Amino acid sequence: MDSKKYMPDQTLDCSKLSCPLPVIKTRTAIAKMALGEILEMIATDPGSVKDIEAWAKHTGQELLESAREDGHFRFYIRKLR
Amino acid sequence: MSITDQDKKIIEDIVENKLKKLLSERKKRMAIVASKGTLDMAYPPLILATTAAAMDIECSIFFTFYGLDIINKRKNKNLKVPSLANPAMPIPVPNIIGALPGMTAMATKMMKSWMAKVNVPTIEDLLNIAIETGVKLIGCQMTLDVMGVKKEDLIEGVEVCGAAAFLEYAADADITLFV
Repeated sequence: MDSKKYMPDQTLDCSKLSCPLPVIKTRTAIAKMALGEILEMIATDPGSVKDIEAWAKHTGQELLESAREDGHFRFYIRKLR
Repeated sequence: MSITDQDKKIIEDIVENKLKKLLSERKKRMAIVASKGTLDMAYPPLILATTAAAMDIECSIFFTFYGLDIINKRKNKNLKVPSLANPAMPIPVPNIIGALPGMTAMATKMMKSWMAKVNVPTIEDLLNIAIETGVKLIGCQMTLDVMGVKKEDLIEGVEVCGAAAFLEYAADADITLFV
């Protein structure tokens, strides 16, 4: 899978972290970014796939891509608000 | 000057749109009661509350009865997992063994080591995240009185109030949970 489809403005590594940290750290990172910027987040928690999707939907951020790669998950989120 | 049906329709539309906008802007709210003081029961309210904060959901936790131990700084580093009458233990222990001295400490140590292995934050970490992200932590006044706990015994940043004050907050909640 082409993982460099999006040019992230920032990358956040949440590897090896369990619920609820990937969501909390993603939220903290997004809060510090400017509108329109893209955050790349990497996680190993399988629960983060649905969690990040739900989080983005609820908080009005755009989940551009959620990809499964070997051993981890990669998310691209655009800050909309 | 009289109001025509058309005027009425316009006014109704304006009001409806305003209301819709206000309702969509209103933050969701969650009210949690934490009533248990064991390690396993301290996690769910704190995980849910910190996640809620990350999801822009306003959240308060009301710590009552044994749940007060979770925000008691003299006790919250030593919360335990009960080994007695706990059939859900990963390694099932007959009650007669679970009642032996040292079994609670062992069960607690085991759970803490499993949690550290998968990097679950500690109770202390979660409390810090909760305070940083604006989760309101509230000690139950009556429990403080019953247990002889002073406000100074509680961690920094918590409030203390009674049932009515918490219910006033909970009355406008979209999610209410009792743990």
